[in-house]
Amino acid sequence: MASVKLDNIQKIYPNGFKAIHGVDVDVKDGEFLVLVGPSGCGKSTLLRMIAGLETVSGGELKIGDKIVNDLEPSKRDIAMVFQNYALYPHMTVYNNMAYGLKIMGLSKSEIDERVKNVAGILELTDEQLTRKPRQLSGGQRQRVAMGRAIVRKPSVFLFDEPLSNLDAKLRVQMRVEIKRLQASLGITSVYVTHDQVEAMTLGHRLMVLNEGVVEQLGTPIELYERPASLFVAEFIGSPSMNIMDAKIGAEGSSVDITKDISIAITSDKLSSYAGKGVKLGVRPEHLEFAEGDENALPLTVTLVEHLGADTLVHGHFGDDKTDMTVRRSGILKAVPGDQLPISITRNHIHLFDTNTSRRIDL
Amino acid sequence: MIENRPFLTAMAHLVLIIGVFVVAFPLWLTFVAASHDAARMSELPLPIWPGTHFFENLDVVLNDGLWGGDGSGVSYMLVNSMIMAMMIAIGKIVISLMSAFAIVYFRFPFRMGFFWMIFLTLMLPVEVRILPTFEVVANLGMLDTYWGLTVPLIASATATFMFRQVFLTVPDELLEAARIDGAGPIRFFIDILIPMSRTNIAALFVILFIYGWNQYLWPLLVTTDQDMYTIVMQIGRMLEAGESVPQWHLVMMTTLLSVLPPVAVVVFMQRLFVQGLTETEK
Repeated sequence: MASVKLDNIQKIYPNGFKAIHGVDVDVKDGEFLVLVGPSGCGKSTLLRMIAGLETVSGGELKIGDKIVNDLEPSKRDIAMVFQNYALYPHMTVYNNMAYGLKIMGLSKSEIDERVKNVAGILELTDEQLTRKPRQLSGGQRQRVAMGRAIVRKPSVFLFDEPLSNLDAKLRVQMRVEIKRLQASLGITSVYVTHDQVEAMTLGHRLMVLNEGVVEQLGTPIELYERPASLFVAEFIGSPSMNIMDAKIGAEGSSVDITKDISIAITSDKLSSYAGKGVKLGVRPEHLEFAEGDENALPLTVTLVEHLGADTLVHGHFGDDKTDMTVRRSGILKAVPGDQLPISITRNHIHLFDTNTSRRIDL
Repeated sequence: MIENRPFLTAMAHLVLIIGVFVVAFPLWLTFVAASHDAARMSELPLPIWPGTHFFENLDVVLNDGLWGGDGSGVSYMLVNSMIMAMMIAIGKIVISLMSAFAIVYFRFPFRMGFFWMIFLTLMLPVEVRILPTFEVVANLGMLDTYWGLTVPLIASATATFMFRQVFLTVPDELLEAARIDGAGPIRFFIDILIPMSRTNIAALFVILFIYGWNQYLWPLLVTTDQDMYTIVMQIGRMLEAGESVPQWHLVMMTTLLSVLPPVAVVVFMQRLFVQGLTETEK
């Protein structure tokens, strides 16, 4: 068991492309850190650098107390689960799990004990242990890939989008399983995904990456409640946050959404923005219908989606037809063309600087 | 074909039957000729049904040889041919596996240069470079040895190229998983790459074994000692047995013997052979 410490880690490719612009993070012993971001943001590169599959161009990488920048992957005391499982196709499940242990030079009886033990944890039957990977279903292969990682008893687990090849139902099931396993084994884990639901549910902390830059590092709740940038605000949460142009009133004590509708705010932080445009964000689930409220936005409904437990209402408002999505629990009877009054409450708004896209703390 | 048209079906069968006949008839005649005695083979018309001297002829060919020969039979030539074909097939496979491994998995200066150099040798089969190669072999004192028979034929651009293509289809993640498991390059090669190319190796073995077995020109050049003769050479020599009439029944028996090992290899390795040439999933 060990911590993973990244100190100003950079990746520059030989062609000069800078994939990672200096990442600092201290993953504590037993912590589950999720790297999340859209494709091409550098999250996989970062994970592969921790694994030792990519060279580190700059900065210092520590696993435990050891600087591992130039160590071979096998010397780093890590195990990795790959997106396409990367099981050895010609070996049985048992041998897939035992291969690394054989190379470590463990005795036959010790290997057997460890493999049987892990197979028990993952509920793989003896019969399945004798099969080849191609005879297994996707979920079982995934389990074997995890088994291969667990038998090594590494101090760090690395997951590279391990669930993205599974169908939706299995994905949820394996997600729960991974979370339970990690909690019971207590092994420090770094997990890469582009799926924000996976990220929110699995991670103790999340690191949101965008074009090789850390947008925000924090707990799932922090990211949800206080997104540090417009990017994080839009990335975390589904459906994503409604973003609209707004203007801070001349006295800096109100946010004007349209000519007539504004939200009163008392915060001295806003005085420097007085009279300037800002981005206003509000989550679909924080919008409410307010019949008879004069300060409500008139939403013209364009589409209604019934999810069963929730209803999503898509529409637009104002002269420039700003798009907006509302999420209400239960089944809502609305049809396209309806006019619904929407109210935005002071507690649930997020303001972002138009130029820097960073959060304006109130 | 999906549609069911009697005429097309009949045509297809006809074409196939003619094909089988064209391929099989000479073999049948060989077998028939090998089962008659010398007297019957000199009469016309030639027989098309088997005679009764098959085992007699077999015994003569294997143990006594025909007159004009040294009276020792051809069994040792079968052994020579077998050793030569095996050395060529296995040698080619081993060399090509290793060079393909080097080219696909290692980054060294002039990597592609070496690859193209290997590729260019496709244009230089033994027949083209026969004199210089003979001189090299002679200067190395390898005339009349198994090494002399096989080494110049072992380097193979085709096999190297094929294994390169096979290795390129192996997902990178497998290499990475092996690296994390602590396998070095040699272990990865032996434990993972070779077992994964098993069917391709088998397919190539079949092709190369037949290639090696059928060598004629090169063995003719580098062997002067009769102990090193191969069976394919012997067939040629039997036809030029001086002034006398060729002993067709014995020649045909020798031919039959020389055909058997390649056929056996194909028959026994057929399943792997087809898999190796068609299988794409790794």
